[in-house]
Amino acid sequence: MSDQTRAAAADGSRFEPVILGFTCNWCSYRAADLAGTARIGYPPNIRLVRLMCSGRLDPTFVLAAFARGADGVVVSGCWPGECHYQVQNLRMLGRFLLLRRTIARLGIEPARLQLVWASAAEGQRFAREIARITEEVRALGPLGWSAATDGAAGDLAGVLEAAAGAEAADGAAPALPAEPVDGADPASPAEPVEVAR
Amino acid sequence: MTVDAPARPRLAVYWAAACGGCDIAILNLHERILDVASAFEIVFWPAVMDVKYADVEAMLDGWIDLCLFTGSIRSTENAALARLLRRKARFLVAFGSCAGEGCIPGLANLSSLDDLLEAAFEGPSTDNPDHLRPVETWPTPSGDLHLPSLLPRLHTLDQVVPVDWTVPGCPPESARIAEVVTLAAAAFRGDVPVPPAGAVLGAGHSTVCDECLRERHPKSIDGFTRIQALETIDPRLCLLEQGIPCNGSATRDGCGALCPAAGAPCIGCYGAPDGVRDAGARLLAAFGSIIGEGDESDIERRQATLLDPVGRAYRFGLARSLLGGARLPHAADGGGAPGNGAGVPVPAGVPVPAGEPVSAGVGGAER
Repeated sequence: MSDQTRAAAADGSRFEPVILGFTCNWCSYRAADLAGTARIGYPPNIRLVRLMCSGRLDPTFVLAAFARGADGVVVSGCWPGECHYQVQNLRMLGRFLLLRRTIARLGIEPARLQLVWASAAEGQRFAREIARITEEVRALGPLGWSAATDGAAGDLAGVLEAAAGAEAADGAAPALPAEPVDGADPASPAEPVEVAR
Repeated sequence: MTVDAPARPRLAVYWAAACGGCDIAILNLHERILDVASAFEIVFWPAVMDVKYADVEAMLDGWIDLCLFTGSIRSTENAALARLLRRKARFLVAFGSCAGEGCIPGLANLSSLDDLLEAAFEGPSTDNPDHLRPVETWPTPSGDLHLPSLLPRLHTLDQVVPVDWTVPGCPPESARIAEVVTLAAAAFRGDVPVPPAGAVLGAGHSTVCDECLRERHPKSIDGFTRIQALETIDPRLCLLEQGIPCNGSATRDGCGALCPAAGAPCIGCYGAPDGVRDAGARLLAAFGSIIGEGDESDIERRQATLLDPVGRAYRFGLARSLLGGARLPHAADGGGAPGNGAGVPVPAGVPVPAGEPVSAGVGGAER
């Protein structure tokens, strides 16, 4: 979550979620394209990534999106039976359902991960679904996963400094230098990679 | 690249939050441990010899040539020793699954510290009428005694300090440990190039399936089962095709596919293969797509036969996975409903995820 979003949430103005959408080349991306050509408006919160097929969706993509600041993820493909690659959208459906169950166990509301079937002719439907999902994710509030996990790592740095200080003051235990950790240290203030706004 | 080293390079082995199995695996070199002792000067190894932390602090920075660090970072002591040994050792190795990816202790990242202490110090098998908990400072007439504090989460070694090489496995197979130690000794002698930073040693680059001798076919199953529920297991057929969740397809090879060869599914202890950031995500992809076709409720009903998907797919890799653990209420939020980590109140009516079996400690992942 960016400082901008955090500030907006803090002063009570409307929260604008970042949603990442994965569409397939043959149906759902063309539905989005049709919505654009037909000048059907839908919220700009979604950023679309075009895959050749929804079956290409690796759950890694979804988890990486949440880990790096997305508040919601939409997976979109051809209707069952209409996949350009025969059954790959059905393979995706199986992965999607198992992934949704898994993220719920990890503390992510299942509504943050949604599935939309859309044919190339369904620009209207695609726009309506994106609008609905945007409002649902807005109501859930920021996910703030990177802030949450960086927060835990920040605690690590703080706890270590405190422990080193206490030992030095006590003199009983050897003091370990509280040097800054470099390299792969998650406690470093390096910006988490955020989804582009 | 070659490195200067004394005639007998200095070796340290340390255990942080670990079970000690990695130390046993090293000792399981049997008589070859004598080769290690002759090739290296062992300067610090708490499992086998008495050297104090103060002795390590007295060593010059970089004085230790090779440090095999086992165990994950659970306490301030673990973290302090990780930082100390990083300074004292020229080559720091994340040795074993705990140091590399969090391993079983990493499943604690599904629970809050309070819940972990509750599970450890209360519960049906514990008699603790005074509800005692560990305290970090205890006064005595001769001065205060200190215990290290637990960290809010478990970390892998490379999340705390930079790591040169990784040796995967829970524990690493002894034959592969011998290879690694021999390679390191040869590298310090200048006989072979020093492995590049980030190298995974003592393992392959592909998956356990590539080492497994069972026959594989395109997979489509009605549901999953547990191995103890089957009367017979086909000794030649892929276990996954028999409905037994097997982690081999997203687990690094190097063990020799010992578990599937013995009729037990791979549980994933060698971690993610080359090119895979999050082995659990790849396992979810594999498990999710082999359930045959159907409508949503039908697929969900059959997928429910896969018990505890987090404990199954992330048994060893949760702490280093993309999400790193479950989202827990922050202390700053005052506990309660799952916080969103940003101090923003969760709107009423947001479903609280629940209902999945608990993987860590309390319930135990099914094997």
